[in-house]
Amino acid sequence: MPKDGGIGAATPRREDVRFLTGTGNYTDDINLRGQAYVYFLRSDVAHGRLNKVDTSAAEAMPGVLRVFTGEDFVEVGGIPCGWQVTDRFGQPMQEPRHPVLAHGKVRHVGDPIAAVVAETREQARDAAEAIELDIEELPAVVDMKAALVEGAPKVHDDLTSNLCYDWGFVEENKAAVDEAFQKAAHVTTLELVNNRLIANPMEPRVAVGDYNRATGDSTLYTTSQNPHVIRLLMGAFVLGIPEHKLRVVAPDVGGGFGSKIYHYAEEAFCTFAARALNRPVKWTSSRSEAFMSDAHGRDHVTKIELALDAENNFTALRTETYANMGAYLSTFAPSIPTWLHGTLMAGNYKTPLIYVNVKAVFTNTVPVDAYRGAGRPEATYQLERVIDKAARELGVDPIALRRQNFITEFPYATPVAVEYDTGDYHATMDKLEEIADLKGFAARRKESEAKGKLRGLGVNCYIEACGIAPSNLVGQLGARAGLYESATVRVNATGGITVMTGSHSHGQGHETSFAQVVADMIGIGADQVEIVHGDTANTPMGMGTYGSRSLAVGGSAMVRATEKIISKAKKIAAHLMEAAEGDIELKDGKFSVAGTDKSVAWGDVTLAAYVPHNYPLADLEPGLEETAFYDPSNFTYPSGAYACEVEVDPETGRVTIERFAAADDFGNIVNPMIVSGQVHGGIGQGIGQALLEGCAYDENGQLLTGSFMDYAMPRASDVPFFTVDHSCATPCTHNPLGVKGCGEAGAIGSPPAVVNAVVDALRSAGKDITHIDMPLTPARVWAAMQG
Amino acid sequence: MPEVSMTVNGKPAKGQVEGRTLLVEFLRESLGLTGTHVGCDSSQCGACVVHVNGRAVKSCTMFAAEAEGAEVRTIESMAEPDGTLHPIQAAFQAHHGLQCGFCTPGMVMSAAALLAENPKPSEAEIREYLEGNICRCTGYHNIVKAILAASGQDVSAIAAE
Repeated sequence: MPKDGGIGAATPRREDVRFLTGTGNYTDDINLRGQAYVYFLRSDVAHGRLNKVDTSAAEAMPGVLRVFTGEDFVEVGGIPCGWQVTDRFGQPMQEPRHPVLAHGKVRHVGDPIAAVVAETREQARDAAEAIELDIEELPAVVDMKAALVEGAPKVHDDLTSNLCYDWGFVEENKAAVDEAFQKAAHVTTLELVNNRLIANPMEPRVAVGDYNRATGDSTLYTTSQNPHVIRLLMGAFVLGIPEHKLRVVAPDVGGGFGSKIYHYAEEAFCTFAARALNRPVKWTSSRSEAFMSDAHGRDHVTKIELALDAENNFTALRTETYANMGAYLSTFAPSIPTWLHGTLMAGNYKTPLIYVNVKAVFTNTVPVDAYRGAGRPEATYQLERVIDKAARELGVDPIALRRQNFITEFPYATPVAVEYDTGDYHATMDKLEEIADLKGFAARRKESEAKGKLRGLGVNCYIEACGIAPSNLVGQLGARAGLYESATVRVNATGGITVMTGSHSHGQGHETSFAQVVADMIGIGADQVEIVHGDTANTPMGMGTYGSRSLAVGGSAMVRATEKIISKAKKIAAHLMEAAEGDIELKDGKFSVAGTDKSVAWGDVTLAAYVPHNYPLADLEPGLEETAFYDPSNFTYPSGAYACEVEVDPETGRVTIERFAAADDFGNIVNPMIVSGQVHGGIGQGIGQALLEGCAYDENGQLLTGSFMDYAMPRASDVPFFTVDHSCATPCTHNPLGVKGCGEAGAIGSPPAVVNAVVDALRSAGKDITHIDMPLTPARVWAAMQG
Repeated sequence: MPEVSMTVNGKPAKGQVEGRTLLVEFLRESLGLTGTHVGCDSSQCGACVVHVNGRAVKSCTMFAAEAEGAEVRTIESMAEPDGTLHPIQAAFQAHHGLQCGFCTPGMVMSAAALLAENPKPSEAEIREYLEGNICRCTGYHNIVKAILAASGQDVSAIAAE
């Protein structure tokens, strides 16, 4: 059994107490003295020329301090994009300017046109109604393929077309892949849509800008997953504020799921306006604004083809995907359909030849970027759907077809440029068959049929690349940032430890699990370790939390810093006990000399470090504080197998999830309670994508799903209890904790399981149905059954 | 501006409000009770659930002026004065019924209202009752489990931590 509070213990979360008692400190809970409020007037048309923005009447309204327009931001930078993709022909992607406030044109519903700053929120909102707009509405492009037709309206007049890039991967393999398809014994083809989603963390975005005229310091409080990244992007590229004069604080953040990674215009605005007005300026997004200004996710249209030989071995895979970028490039948008998607197309299978083509397209819609899983759910969905379809065409068991093609030897270099270090796909599938009780399915199907319901079983695998990412590699791939992580471990004189991490927790429980790691390494209680995050003023430069990277990269930095602490502490202990450093052992918070009964306590050593009276001052600095930056040498590769059982009501097309099981390999586990919770949440979101959620625009670019009234979020009654297991662990070989990351798995692995299950259910009734696009609403399922 | 007065968490509270001021705005901005959250603007998410005269109410659906003379209870009053958690709060912590914490105050207040009217709800009754409370983090698994546990029912057969 793991030690209480150490690695492997299901320690209750310490952060829960403040969240449960209403004493958290979310950004909207922050109110500064003299604070003014901003209201953004947003475009209600998808595409239009801004002929006039007359703010004079609004300026005269009660309480109004100033009304800003795009003209005020002509001299500052645009919102930057953090990743440059190079196309099939060696050319850089087309990269349009993204102004803080629209200038010249509006390009999506929700594009901010003007910003009213007033004494109260209500005054700002009232005054916005007095702004006189003359917008010449232009034809909008919404459908990606239509946007690429010659002569289509252009989202950006200064670009050559609406094509951001046409990417091929691996371009050199294209001819060999095509040849393999010529020789294939069987080819399965599937066209599908990965539906556009809206992340909708329960806390809407908030920004509070502050400026101190006496010091020239700016501070931004914001709902971010990565405050240092915001400081760098906004300071260096938008507002020209050097990092030492800019502090970014992301306090308690109410969920992110990717949507709070990016630098948003509202953050830059509040920081800019606070300086211009010498007043704190606060913006709190309404949920309606969130729907039209938070980056959306997914939105791929894909054709996938799988080639098999006569023995049902996968011989080649070919895909063509259209990926929606929306109207502007969000911070990491270009990397999602390319490097986080194409590199995962091998999945768990030894397909020798793969070619992925992605056309990224500008449309008059909200920008699209990473949403939980980011590229990997899109890869997994198409691959696991086409394999299921192939199994049905060939009349073989879909699990057997998968098992036959599993990668079984590691490390394994895929034909799409990544090397899986560890995994055991048969083991997770074996575990799944057990925990999902697949043997009992036939009997359960009979029970459902007796009730007049159709029952289906869907099974699939997934692999993902987490622990993002080796900086030198991503630099070659176009990233404009490093992707290391940092930690400072500060041991206090009386032995307590403060860890400053560059990772950020917005629900993941770092304050608990990170403390478990440090406590375990030293052998003290986890209550002796405090985790500090989310404030650039007191944490080292960090890249933040996304891509299931916190423990694998941030945790590794913390381990490295703690190793430095232990190394120095051993030197101090050796001095105190007049022994050789090499003979010092640390166990249970006590230093002892090997082979003797001599020992000193952790607290004796830490006190000596800060009260260095008996101390080797000639050889060793006083104090006990170390910083480490950890840059991973590879991605990590969590994998697993998921099973879903559904019932379909043949009268209405309504799908209910009856059972859901997940067998995951996350490598080593620090806190199994938190890991299970992460999987539960991911499955909930995956079921949401499969059955309920879908962002819809009409042909004019009007957002039809603009609130929780029309965008169907999963509710408690939409899901069952889940069965999750993470006992099949093949530890990561290249990070010190052997961890792989668990945050996105549930959202990656679950959509294909649900859709496979529904198709299976319908086929059990003799319906010749091979695919239905998500979300599988009753209307879509019913219509498919009639067709 | 009219003045409203009510009892909030057992103490008298009053303040000036506009006719359009929502109860949640009065609680958060006038009284500084920021435990009650705003997660939407269409009365769907339930992050703002409080008790008004003993009933669970979305405090974004009610004007502050409508609460004149009412007894209002918010998340800040659920734990004992010495910090001991309410049994529902304790069950949420023990069973990992929260992650980011933003929906949590509303979930706890809804769960308290449920258990007041139905002390031993079934799983299905809990899921049905939470129809107006959206959580994006947990997939509801551990929330439902925590409420079952808080009602004194055995949850040991429900899979996983």
